[in-house]
Amino acid sequence: MIKTLAKQIKEFKAASIATPLFMILEVLMEMIIPYLMASIIDKGVNTGDIHHIYKVGGIMVVAAVIGLFAGMMGGRFGAKASAGFARNLREAMFNNIQTFSFSNIDKFSTAGLVTRMTTDVTNIQNAYQMILRMFTRAPASMICAMVMAFTINARLACIYLVAVIILGILLFLIMSHATKYFQQAFPKYDDLNESVQENVSAIRVVKAYVREEQETSKLRRASENIYNIFVKAETNLVFNAPMMQTVVYTCILLVSWFGAKMIASDSLTTGELMSLLTYCMNILMSLMMLSMVFVMVAMSMASARRISGVLNETSDLKNPEHPTMKVEDGSIEFRHVDFAYKKDSDEPVLEDIDLKIRSGETIGIIGGTGSAKTSLVNLISRLYDVTKGEVLVGGRNVKDYDMEVLRDQVSVVLQNNVLFSGTILDNLRWGDKEATLEECRHACELACADEFIDRFPKGYETYIEQGGSNVSGGQKQRLCIARALLKKPKVLILDDSTSAVDTATDAKIRRAFREEIPDTTKLIIAQRISSVQDADRIIVMEDGKVNGFGTHEELLEQNDIYREVYESQTSGGGDFDEKEGE
Amino acid sequence: MPGPGRQPRGMKAQVKNPGELFLRLMKYVLKDYKFHCISVVVLIVVSVLCNVQGTMFMKNLIDEYITPFLLSDNPNFTPLAHAIARVAAFYALGVLATFGYNRLMVNVTQGTLRNLRNDLFSHMEKLPVKYFDTHAHGDIMSVYTNDIDTLRQMISQSMPQLLNSGITIISVFVSMLILSIPLTVVTMIMVGIMVFCSKKSAGQSGAYFAKQQKDLGTVNGYIEEMMNGQKVVKVFCHEEENMQNFKKLNDELYVSADKANTFANFLGPINAQIGNISYVICAIIGGVLALGKVGGFTLGGLASFLTFNKSFSMPINQISMQMNAIVMAMAGADRIFKLMDEKEELDEGYVTLVNAKEEDGKLTECEERTERWAWKHTHQNDGSVDYVEVKGEVVFNGVDFGYNDEKIVLHDIKLYAKPGQKIAFVGSTGAGKTTITNLINRFYDIQDGKIRYDGININKIKKADLRHSLGIVLQDTHLFTGTVRDNIRFGKLDATDEEIVAAAKLANADSFIRRLPKGYDTMLTGDGANLSQGQRQLLAIARAAIADPPVLILDEATSSIDTRTERIVQDGMDKLMRGRTTFVIAHRLSTVRNSDCIMVLEQGRIIERGTHDELIEEKGRYYQLYTGNAISA
Repeated sequence: MIKTLAKQIKEFKAASIATPLFMILEVLMEMIIPYLMASIIDKGVNTGDIHHIYKVGGIMVVAAVIGLFAGMMGGRFGAKASAGFARNLREAMFNNIQTFSFSNIDKFSTAGLVTRMTTDVTNIQNAYQMILRMFTRAPASMICAMVMAFTINARLACIYLVAVIILGILLFLIMSHATKYFQQAFPKYDDLNESVQENVSAIRVVKAYVREEQETSKLRRASENIYNIFVKAETNLVFNAPMMQTVVYTCILLVSWFGAKMIASDSLTTGELMSLLTYCMNILMSLMMLSMVFVMVAMSMASARRISGVLNETSDLKNPEHPTMKVEDGSIEFRHVDFAYKKDSDEPVLEDIDLKIRSGETIGIIGGTGSAKTSLVNLISRLYDVTKGEVLVGGRNVKDYDMEVLRDQVSVVLQNNVLFSGTILDNLRWGDKEATLEECRHACELACADEFIDRFPKGYETYIEQGGSNVSGGQKQRLCIARALLKKPKVLILDDSTSAVDTATDAKIRRAFREEIPDTTKLIIAQRISSVQDADRIIVMEDGKVNGFGTHEELLEQNDIYREVYESQTSGGGDFDEKEGE
Repeated sequence: MPGPGRQPRGMKAQVKNPGELFLRLMKYVLKDYKFHCISVVVLIVVSVLCNVQGTMFMKNLIDEYITPFLLSDNPNFTPLAHAIARVAAFYALGVLATFGYNRLMVNVTQGTLRNLRNDLFSHMEKLPVKYFDTHAHGDIMSVYTNDIDTLRQMISQSMPQLLNSGITIISVFVSMLILSIPLTVVTMIMVGIMVFCSKKSAGQSGAYFAKQQKDLGTVNGYIEEMMNGQKVVKVFCHEEENMQNFKKLNDELYVSADKANTFANFLGPINAQIGNISYVICAIIGGVLALGKVGGFTLGGLASFLTFNKSFSMPINQISMQMNAIVMAMAGADRIFKLMDEKEELDEGYVTLVNAKEEDGKLTECEERTERWAWKHTHQNDGSVDYVEVKGEVVFNGVDFGYNDEKIVLHDIKLYAKPGQKIAFVGSTGAGKTTITNLINRFYDIQDGKIRYDGININKIKKADLRHSLGIVLQDTHLFTGTVRDNIRFGKLDATDEEIVAAAKLANADSFIRRLPKGYDTMLTGDGANLSQGQRQLLAIARAAIADPPVLILDEATSSIDTRTERIVQDGMDKLMRGRTTFVIAHRLSTVRNSDCIMVLEQGRIIERGTHDELIEEKGRYYQLYTGNAISA
């Protein structure tokens, strides 16, 4: 996991190495100062040598300036390395996600991917900077101070050694205990947020049923729980400061007592005693710092795990070694295809599909929710791989094609389609980067999108907000169809893409398809019978199997499901704006 | 302690009156924790003074004990032992005080946050629907998450730290003055330089942090959009372009993040080294002074002073670091109090809903639940009481409505619904159909005209009682975290299990509920994400059914569910509508056809009304819609 992440440091290796080096230099300078200080007092003040004071004082100022320089450089490189590392991580994740297949995408939720690329990366960035700067600074400072203390007086320095060990153990105990509590606490926190979220979005229901008080008391209970668990967790941390103080104070008093005795017996000087006391603070503060870094790093481990999960994910669809770069025609064939979303699943989503569709045919697909209509068409443009059997387009197995070539020739309008922020023209040109305005217009005419685009004050330059929130559902669907048409595909798949379009327009779009792109194979998934009944042939799907395949008339005669749906929709159960019959 | 995923959002828009906000926040904290806070202040003072006492001991240690030791051949350690014991006692007191205030602060912090959450939420529940319609839900949520979180950091860390640092600075300053005035002046000059430098650096870094925050927002927005559309990206082979676009944005973020952090990182070494230089200068000057024995300045005095010098720059450092957190917290506090200051929904109604029974042919109020309800109308002028039976007659008279006064979306709506009638609204998107559902239950108040319920102006009815008498099934079904049973019971809190099953049966929901892994006790989470669209609608119908209201408002779902489920939902709705006055925003042919009256809305006006047959006869807009020759999108 660490290795996966570390690979992304790349060009920031130099900065990553420079940072700790400068930090160590800063620490060294900081350590020299108390040492020089002792020299000033003992050799300068006590002997009355004013020159010594100037000389050593000068050295001290130089040390401070070097320390300043080193500290700033450490900060500079630390910022560079961590910001750069974060940049590389984001980029690597983003690029890797671009190679994901549909099944990879399904595995991570959208929200999950967003969190990984935003919050998790920020966590890692902070932790990395901490590691580079504090992880070297704190131990270095501790070791240097310890070494200095030992050179001054080994016997007194032993007190520090004991103190460090005791404090270290105590800190470890407190931190690990507290972390445990915090890990319990955070999910509770999420629960609370969820309940607030729920009330914000469902406020009409709450108010309609006059349940404000009930919901408030529910939240009060939840927030009381949070209060209790956080008080418990933080009570652990409360011991940190007083414990630290106790150890520091004990050290000071012990060193003072024994130091005084040593001075009396001439085995220690006053200046040395003062330096020792300064080092005491250095050592114990560093330890405290170290423990905080540890907690932070431990907490960012979860983020590291999530990030490396994305980085290590490899697409399960691979381009063939010698890909076919041309799709001959729009014929489609399924040969005994089985398909399951999970490889080792017992229950296939599609079972033994065997179909032959001629180039240029219009095929309707109908069936209840969960009958695997979408799964069926997703195999054609190789958004997923089959588990068994094979799918052929233009007479060749889809696995033989270059994926980009295949997907350019098999254009899908997905069920949950998305427009991106940008002008209408920008969105249309997703289908064909080089498309002229004329071509875009033509595609929109086919998709019956021109009529509303022309009504917009800015026409094709109208800006679409993120997610297409400023156009209606029906408008969005028509724009998505136009976008797919611009690819000039050999196969066009509409996955329930006109559900929000009224019947008349729906019919108009289909008529345009028939007249303008007769050579393109068209597959239309729909809920409404009226959307498919004029197709050349219709597939009736039921529980992952083909239940019927034929013309409207044939199916009406032979297929029970089709007849049932037809009757229910024409005898008053359909949409209001549905035409009766044709 | 900051947990994973809880980053402060950095510099946001400047708050106008940070001082006022701070005071208000303090008042809020003090409201419930006066005693705690006073104790905390006292304990912090004790802890700081004990600490200073310890530092002063350094001076005595050298001057009064060690220096005499050097002069005597046979030193007596007993006085030193006493002194150390005395200091140890002070230290112990200091440690106890530190522990005490830290422990108290946990309660103050968490308790205040709890109170804030409770107050925010209960206030939010009282806000009018308009508030939720006009504010992004994400923004409301972030008040509960980010803003409260910045407050936590401020209350738990910044406030005691500030107090601690302030007291330390004062006491250290006083002690320094006592020890040596010239050295104090030198120290102050150095502190001035330090404050100046760190202000400069913080200013630089602040500007870049703002830029970083902006870039981060852009990058996050891009990521969110692309992750949502990832499947479309794949289908259109748009990966390369995406990578390039992303790289551009990401690089910009890198530059600003790099600079922001660099300047922030400068703060530490600048302060530390200026502190060190200040230390050196004081050492040199102090050394000279001590050598010359100027003004009785001693070596021990120098030792103590140098310690003070060091402990003077530390709290200043801390204050400068905490200032950032405080500025951020104030921005959060601003948003929190803004939400708390939002005006609650007004309710001037005085007509209430009561259980009723008939005695001697007259309707009277009673305690027990009868299946009859009455409006209790207490007349304002003479206090006399009338009872009107709740029947479900609704009349709109010349109603005008707009979401704001400038733009009226419904004009002169007149309608008369007799008890038990079904009124359907049809019309193209944006004609104002859904708006009507907001009026009868007073989610919004009308600008002009009157709506009467059983002959009473709805403005006179207490909102809670009015809403109790109305059932509502919305287009987007919202379910709550809890069991299926809890969700149905939402409609009637004291419903028995039998009633729940009966309601579920009426809504055709019983059979699918029984097939769930735990039946009625199956937990629903994330707005019923584990159920299908149709199943969620069935639950919403059951929830309305159990409330058993005389008037029903239905907004039929347009989303495409498969035909069979749709028929089940439809049937459930039909059963629910039986015998109730129903207003239905209709999308289905059968619903429209069975209605007693159909209102055709166009641009906020009723342009046609009548039964199905009458309207077909008219060959107007309804006929167009019905025969599908109109463009409705």
